Amino acid sequence: MTLLVAETLGIHFGGVQAVDDVSFAVETGRIFSIIGPNGAGKTTLFNLISGIYRPNTGRILLAGEDVTGLPPHRLAAKGIARTFQNLQVFYGMTVIENVMVGRHLREERRLVPAMLGLPSVTRQNRATRKKAHEILAFVGLDERIDEPAGALSYGDLRRLEIGRALALEPKLLLLDEPAAGCNPVETAELIGLVRNIAEQGVTIVLVEHDMRFVMQISDRVLVLDGGRMLAEGSPEAVRQNPEVVAAYLGRHGAREAGYARG
Amino acid sequence: MRALLSSRWTTLGLLCLVIAALPLVFPSGYYYRVAALVWISAIAAVGLNIFMGYAGQVSLGHAGFFGIGAYAVAIGPARFGLNSWLCIFLGVFLSAALAWLVGRPILRLRGHYLAIATLGLGFLIALVLANEARWTGGPDGTAVPRLTIAGARLMEPVTWYWISGGLLTLGTALALNLENSAVGRALRALHDSEIAAALAGIDVARHKLRAFVIAAVYASLAGSALALFDGFITPDAAGFLRSIELVAMVVVGGIGSTAGSIVGAGLLVTLPQILAVFVEYEQIALGLIIMVVMIFLRRGIVPSARRLIVRRAP
Amino acid sequence: MAEVLQFCFSGLTVGAVYALVALGFTIIYNASDVVNFAQGEFVMLGGMVTVALAAAGMPLPVAAVAAVGVAAVVGVALHRLAIEPARGASPVGLIIITIGASIFIRGIAQVVFDKQFHKLPAFSGDTPFAVLGATILPQSLWVLGGTAAIVVGLHVFFERTLIGKAVAATAANRLAARLAGINTTSMMTLSFALAGAIGAVAGILVTPITLTSYNVGTLLALKGFAAGMLGGIGNPLGAVLGGLMLGLIEAFGAGYLSSAYKDGIAFVVILVVLFAFPRGLIGKRSAERV
Ligand SMILES: Nc1ncnc2c1ncn2[C@@H]1O[C@H](COP(=O)(O)OP(=O)(O)OP(=O)(O)O)[C@@H](O)[C@H]1O
Ligand SMILES: [Mg+2]
Repeated sequence: MTLLVAETLGIHFGGVQAVDDVSFAVETGRIFSIIGPNGAGKTTLFNLISGIYRPNTGRILLAGEDVTGLPPHRLAAKGIARTFQNLQVFYGMTVIENVMVGRHLREERRLVPAMLGLPSVTRQNRATRKKAHEILAFVGLDERIDEPAGALSYGDLRRLEIGRALALEPKLLLLDEPAAGCNPVETAELIGLVRNIAEQGVTIVLVEHDMRFVMQISDRVLVLDGGRMLAEGSPEAVRQNPEVVAAYLGRHGAREAGYARG
Repeated sequence: MRALLSSRWTTLGLLCLVIAALPLVFPSGYYYRVAALVWISAIAAVGLNIFMGYAGQVSLGHAGFFGIGAYAVAIGPARFGLNSWLCIFLGVFLSAALAWLVGRPILRLRGHYLAIATLGLGFLIALVLANEARWTGGPDGTAVPRLTIAGARLMEPVTWYWISGGLLTLGTALALNLENSAVGRALRALHDSEIAAALAGIDVARHKLRAFVIAAVYASLAGSALALFDGFITPDAAGFLRSIELVAMVVVGGIGSTAGSIVGAGLLVTLPQILAVFVEYEQIALGLIIMVVMIFLRRGIVPSARRLIVRRAP
Repeated sequence: MAEVLQFCFSGLTVGAVYALVALGFTIIYNASDVVNFAQGEFVMLGGMVTVALAAAGMPLPVAAVAAVGVAAVVGVALHRLAIEPARGASPVGLIIITIGASIFIRGIAQVVFDKQFHKLPAFSGDTPFAVLGATILPQSLWVLGGTAAIVVGLHVFFERTLIGKAVAATAANRLAARLAGINTTSMMTLSFALAGAIGAVAGILVTPITLTSYNVGTLLALKGFAAGMLGGIGNPLGAVLGGLMLGLIEAFGAGYLSSAYKDGIAFVVILVVLFAFPRGLIGKRSAERV
């Protein structure tokens, strides 16, 4: 079954065509990666899918339903969750509260019971906290749950964002460069974590510069360059696509091209 | 230690204790009056803290809602013969309705733009109160009919000490409950990152509006209480300086901390009273205090103190 | 027709003062990101210090220059004693500090001077000129001319002088300016001095028309802030246009709608504008990046 379909998506900022005529489909339960040089439009594509920007052209279908132009909180309710390349952590809250926020849609949100502190609210707080604790254990952060989020290391903050996104129990999880700034050990752990998430049936779209990461884990890979699609296919096919190799060699330095060839 | 200090029961327990114990050390009746004024301001500050501290927004015109509450209990009974109790609720309703209507467009703004828009709103409310002299008595103010319970008129400072103290306790309890709920977490989340909050499923615009309306309701109630207590009200109650005073209470006490808002109110209300001996120097002292606290206790009094205690504790 | 012209004259005169206050706001905001609510106090100081010194027997021009100096020094003190030590505080915290400063300055003024209204003699007499059936006071011409001179002078300062360019560089990009060897803290202090001086000039020019007292600063600060917002905060040209526009709208509003609500017009306008253009009339439009 197809979970996410992007049809001829495009958006421009002033003169910059950040995403240009991009179409792809992601099957349920798969890991779909988007790669491309800096400024290729990967984050912008995420911003389109998660409703932060409204596309100038094209549409987005989620499980067959047209969700183009819905605001982010409505998309979240439809099962889209994401993390951010530039961390968007709630620094004024504790680690576990960050994840508890992710449970927002599963909670009673009426004002009067909340202000009265009714027993149902207390019960719900307890349940939310328990669930958040489980999620933190799943992402490997359950030792420092009551510390301020700012006390975590960079790699842990990335896990925290993943935890917060998982708290939503999403159908589709968008991860924007989850391994950025992580050391090799952390990256290896992260690969395991992403696999675990996928095994639970969550569909994952991943933006990542670390080619080893991408090639190891992805079911399909989309290559963007200058906002346009360069190639789309299995990791194998993409790796051998001469255009991709040329693009990487020509414009993006030998290092990543080396990774791309394996 | 940290858990104990940040528990809502600690805040609430301390507040009850202070309200109950203060009269034991009051040397004269005058102190009931000052304390009642503190409780009343603190009600407005606790509400404003929900908007500014929890949700991270800013309102430089919040005294406008205070003024609406105050004039509701002045105008309603005197000009329309309405019951004062009913007028308290009318004031709350008016304030909430206005906040809801104006909040929708205003709360799209951020930072300095939000500051000037709220400032403008408060300024306009105060201006209407000063100009519509037929109803409001104009710049010189108007008398406020006293509240009665079972035929008894409530005007003694002691009475108001207990009424406002009780109201503050209730308001504090509600604010602390809110902080510790899905809605409170949503407010604190959008404070830090609106985008991340929205993607966690939070309807950011709706929650900002909720915080604004709640803060308006608290301010309106406080305004009604002040008017009924003083028996007299002027448009200054809604003016810019009053708005700034409210913001200063929240910020000086420690933005985001409900206990801080109460401490801030205590400081900003009592200091001018203490300094009243040197009437001439009151403004100098007020300005100085605001600057000094903001420069040296940047987080505000209560969070700074809390950190100190946590660090000292074994 | 004559009436329209009359409103234009009075609107532009008041608008010029708003423009100068907004300009002071903008200079400080650009250099240090601080929204300075004490800006109106500079205007008050300009008027009050001149009045006091003139009353003490100083010739008016000397008193005026001294008043500008006093306001500049107060500006420097504001930066060095209140803003600089609070470096890194939240924007709201900084706003509160400047409001504290304005209450403080007002308090001092009330003690040093008094609570009365004061007037200065008009610089070139009180005989109005007739222009197409309307009249304009010579002092209005002083206000408009003074404002124009300041705007031109600032332009030359920022574009042509080395130190002006250093201030402009600090405003444009603090880090880059520091890397280029500019002492950005000094440049910020200079901006505060400049804003103080400009405010004082406005106060001196307008006092013969509007009178002054220890507490004229607050309302001027609010309207100057509104004018700056109208023009898009941080934009000097916008500040001047916003000020003049606000003055005109106020004059016509007071004339044709309601003089009792004259002081509210600025805020009605600002609310309407912000509802339509959430970033000011000339403000930049950019989406948030994540
Ligand atoms: N809000 C915006 N306003 C203006 N331009 C934008 C905006 N968002 C993105 N762009 C532009 O769109 C292009 C694509 O940016 P994007 O952040 O999507 O790249 P990316 O592929 O995520 O790069 P990186 O690997 O560095 O994260 C860039 O040229 C960027 O400057
Ligand atoms: Mg990116």
